[in-house]
Formats: sequence, structure tokens, C-alpha cells
Amino acid sequence: MTATVTTDPKVDKSTSRGTSRGTGGARGRLPRVPDRIRRGGLPYLLLLPAVLLELLIHIIPMVIGIVMSFRQLTQFFINNWGAAPWSGLDNYRIAVDIDAPIGEALLHSFFVTCVFTFFSVGLAWLLGTAAAILLQESFRGRGVLRTIFLVPYALPVYAAVITWAFMFQRDNGMINHVLHDQLGITDEPSFWLIGENSLYTLIIVSVWKGWPFAFLMLMAGLQNIPRELYEAASIDGAGIWQQIRRITLPSLRPVNQVLVLVLFLWTFNDFNTPFVLFGKSAPENADLISIHIYQSSFVTWNFGTGSAMSVLLLLFLLIVTAVYLFFTSRGRKGSDV
Amino acid sequence: MSSLTRPTRTTRSRARSPMAAPRSFLWTRRIVLTLLAGFVLLPVYVMVSSSLKPLQDVSGKFQWLPSTLTVQPYFDIWETVPLAKYFVNSLIVAGSATVLSVTIAVFSAYAVSRYRFRGKRVFTVTVLSTQMFPGILFLLPLFLIFVNIGNSTGVALYGSRGGLILTYLTFSLPFSIWMLIGYFDSIPRDLDEAALVDGCGPVRALFQVVVPAAVPGIVAVSVYSFMTAWGEVLFASVMTNDATRTLSVGLQGYATQNDVYWNQVMAASLVVSVPIVVGFLLLQRYLVAGLTAGAVK
Repeated sequence: MTATVTTDPKVDKSTSRGTSRGTGGARGRLPRVPDRIRRGGLPYLLLLPAVLLELLIHIIPMVIGIVMSFRQLTQFFINNWGAAPWSGLDNYRIAVDIDAPIGEALLHSFFVTCVFTFFSVGLAWLLGTAAAILLQESFRGRGVLRTIFLVPYALPVYAAVITWAFMFQRDNGMINHVLHDQLGITDEPSFWLIGENSLYTLIIVSVWKGWPFAFLMLMAGLQNIPRELYEAASIDGAGIWQQIRRITLPSLRPVNQVLVLVLFLWTFNDFNTPFVLFGKSAPENADLISIHIYQSSFVTWNFGTGSAMSVLLLLFLLIVTAVYLFFTSRGRKGSDV
Repeated sequence: MSSLTRPTRTTRSRARSPMAAPRSFLWTRRIVLTLLAGFVLLPVYVMVSSSLKPLQDVSGKFQWLPSTLTVQPYFDIWETVPLAKYFVNSLIVAGSATVLSVTIAVFSAYAVSRYRFRGKRVFTVTVLSTQMFPGILFLLPLFLIFVNIGNSTGVALYGSRGGLILTYLTFSLPFSIWMLIGYFDSIPRDLDEAALVDGCGPVRALFQVVVPAAVPGIVAVSVYSFMTAWGEVLFASVMTNDATRTLSVGLQGYATQNDVYWNQVMAASLVVSVPIVVGFLLLQRYLVAGLTAGAVK
């Protein structure tokens, strides 16, 4: 983030101390508000509902989930899970034993999820960036295109994904009709929702659904780039491609840092897309980890092992996020909060 | 008014640079945007056209156009599954979750944006980090908690709309708080401080000064919360029963028989999408403005 870009048009500079305190409210020292600090109880009261709900829905269940991962919890103990016998690290041993079927399947699922996330996030980011930059300048039809591009973001997941599932049907789907009947590219109608093509299918659907969010965030980020920069650059003789490379892309870096992290976490944990696309059991090639754990917990009734897998997944995400934030420590989460 | 006889109108209002864009850029723009629009609209076209087809059209080979145009699927969808009931459930759940989530987020963001207190950093980091929890991790524990609360206090959370509302509102809470903190930070403090000096209480200052100034940001997080709740599948499939089932689970009812009524599935998908897409597109201006001032800084 360059220090020069702090001209916030929203800040009314009518006061004499006209420094924009728009960013980093936590970091910027508060000016002359002793009365606010003295009322010690109020902020806590304001935060109370959020804290209580976070405790009930997120924190306590997570603690219980961690406890459950150390127990031998099968369907017989579901009504009285406190009575389930302690099993120490057994669940974790089962989950990471890659010579046994359960551990092997988990590792495979983890790899599939990594590949899926890499391509899905990468493509979503690429399309979002291209669209945001190409729509930066006004031209005829820009508003219409912007609206069209946001449709996948607005559509409810299940409605959109079930449409894709219909398109990818082998016998009556649109994709095979085009590829096989109309273009003759494939020798015979392919399977898209089972077998080796299923990962491609999943990536396509995920990118379709995810890129408008990237587009939206980047579009918002572009609004914060001051026009003077472009004017100065064009006076210096920089063409439009150079302006994009030297001004637009560097200016978007702070947005991208947050955006890529959020996309990564959402995509890695995505359950809705594969669940609607494939149903309760995904094909092996597209066996995302969230579905895999769901299967291990609810379909095979082995909650202890399922919890252990979830905890391992959480640890992995925590480590990745921590490393990411360390290397991009100028991101919002690192400094602003 | 004097430029009446200009042959070519090159009105490039708000052009980024005084120089005209080179042809390479214009062609790139045309091609890329056309491809993207095609990619986006393809499923939309399939959805709309298939919803107007008779059943034999969607059971046999795909056709670009209906053999006979029919609106029958739009009448049948209400009979095949109790779609109206699911609709009402979804509206209640998503609406309540949105109102509660946004209200709570406004209070929290105000506290973080305007006060210094012990534990502030812990709060924001914790709330944000819940974003990375895989839903699957706390699905089962939450289910157990709801069942236990029901057994011990008689408050039915499992299978009730209330339980789902509580769950959904916390799903959108982290993002909403984070975005509103950014938005409130961009509102000059002098505004609400002036109100405090005039003898307003802090909560009144929030509602009379900060909230009106933050309307775009509040609309943006409301849209986000509503969409989150409207589209969630995993918890809805575990936490609801026949009476409280929402659209995200109910829509799969067309696809359980041997013969999938694809035309009805498409019609129902369209019907459940229309309110949210229209609402979203009407409010998208706020969403971009809200993101610009809030999340993206």
C-alpha cells in the first residue's frame, strides 16, 4: 500500500486537522476522546451479543469437536456422547495411517482438494481481474455487462449448481450434445459427473460460481485508485497496457492479499458445490475433503474419526493462513485489526 | 451545443486517459468480455429454456429450443413438492437471520471502530478466524448442543427455524463485522463526537449519526447475509425436518424419483432465484459502494 493513496473522497476535510483518519482506526491513536475510554463497560456491552453467538455456534462446538476427536464415538453413543470411551490418539492414527484404506483415502482426498483449490482460485482470480480491469473505463454496455457478471454470485448455489448438473448429464445434457452430436469432438458421450472428468466438471462449476466475487472485490478496489495517477502516467507517455501493468495491478495488491486468502479458505472448505453436483458421495477424482469428512462422519457413522479429520483440516488451514499472513503481513488482518 | 456537425461521436466520458485506447486493448476487451458473458449466461439460458419445455424434451437429447413452448412446469412445481412451504421457511429463516446478524454486526463494529478497550484485537482476530473453520467441523457438535439444549430446557432448537436462524446469522457475522468496521472507520469521528458533545448517549449517536452515514455499507452486508442464508445447503440438510425444510434442501425433491423432472427442476430453480437476483441487482450499487469504503481499503 503506497502511502500516497490516502485521499479518501468520503472524508470531509472541513476541520482544521484535516488528516484523513479513514484507515486503521485501531492503529491510529484516537484524538481527544477521554470520555469514551472512561466508560469502560460500554464496548463490552455492545460486543456481548456477537460474543455469545460466536461462543454458542462456533467456539463451543469447536471445542466439543476437538474433545470428540479423542473419543471412540460411534452411533451407539450419539444420545449420550459423554459416555463414549476415550481413545487417546487412536482416531488420529487411523486418519493419518496412509497404508490403511481410511488414511489412504483421506490423503487422496486432501490432494484432490489442493489441486481443485489451486485451479479454482487461480482461474477465479484471473477472470475477476481481467473483467474488473476491462470494465474500469466506461464504454457503451458496461453497466449491462457488470450486471450480467454478478448474476452467478447472486444466484443461490443450489439453483445454479443443479443447472450445471443438468448440463453435464450424459444422455440428455447440453455439454455432450454440443461436444458429441454437434461438433463431433468426442467419439461417444462422456461421463462428466462420475469418473475421471469429474474434477474438471467441479473446477468449471466452482470457477463459474466464484469468479464474480473476485470481480466484485477488485472492482471496488479499482475505485480507490486516484485518477491523478493515470493522468500523470499518460502525460509521461505511458500507454494503456503500461498503465495497467505499472499502476492498476500494483495498486490492487492489498485487495488481492485479502481476496486470495478469502477465496482459498472458501474454496478449500466448499461443501455446497460438490454436494449439489454429485450428491452425498463424490466420485473419487473429485472427492473434496469436506465431502469426504461428511461421508466419514454421517454415512459410515464414525464421528470420532470424522472429528479427528476435521481437526487436522483446521490445523492445516491455520498453518497455511498464518504463513500467508506472515509473508503478506501488510494485509488488513495483520495490521489493521 | 456547437458540436452539431461532428461526424464521429467519440464521447468517451470519464476516459481514464486523454489518449484513445489502442486497438489491441479494444479488441482484447471485446473478445474477453464476450467470452465471459457467454460463460456466465450459458447456464442461465439452459435454465430458462428448459423450464419452458415439456418433459419428453428434457428426458431425451438436449435441444436448444423447446419443441413446444409450455409454461406447465411452472404450475407443476408447486404440486410435486410443497415448494410454497419451503419458500416461506426460507424467507423466514433468511430474513430473520439477516436482521439479527446486521444489527449485532452494527453494534460490534461501532465498539471496535470507536473505542479502545482490552481484548479488542483478540475479539476481531477470533471473529475473523472463524471464517476458516470448515463447516463440517462444528456441524455435528452443534447438532449435539441443540439436541441437549432441547432435552434440558425444552427449547426446541434442533429441527426448528430458530436453530437454523441462530446458525446462519453467525455465518455471516464475521464478514459483516469486518466490513462495517472498515466502513465506520471511513466516517469522520467528528460527526458522532459532535453528537456526544451535544449530550447524546453513545447508542443514540450510533443510530442518529453513524448508521445513517453508513447506509451503503449496511445494505451491502444485509445483501450478503441474506444470500448466505438463502443458499446454504449443508446445515439446512441436517438441521431441518419436514415442517421447517428450506428451499436449498427442498429443491432436491424433484430429483429423487427414477425419472428426474428436469423441466420442473429448472422452473423451480428459476423461481427461487428470481427474488434474490432481482434484489441483488437492485442493490448492487450499494454493494460496490459498501465494499469500496469498507472491505477494500
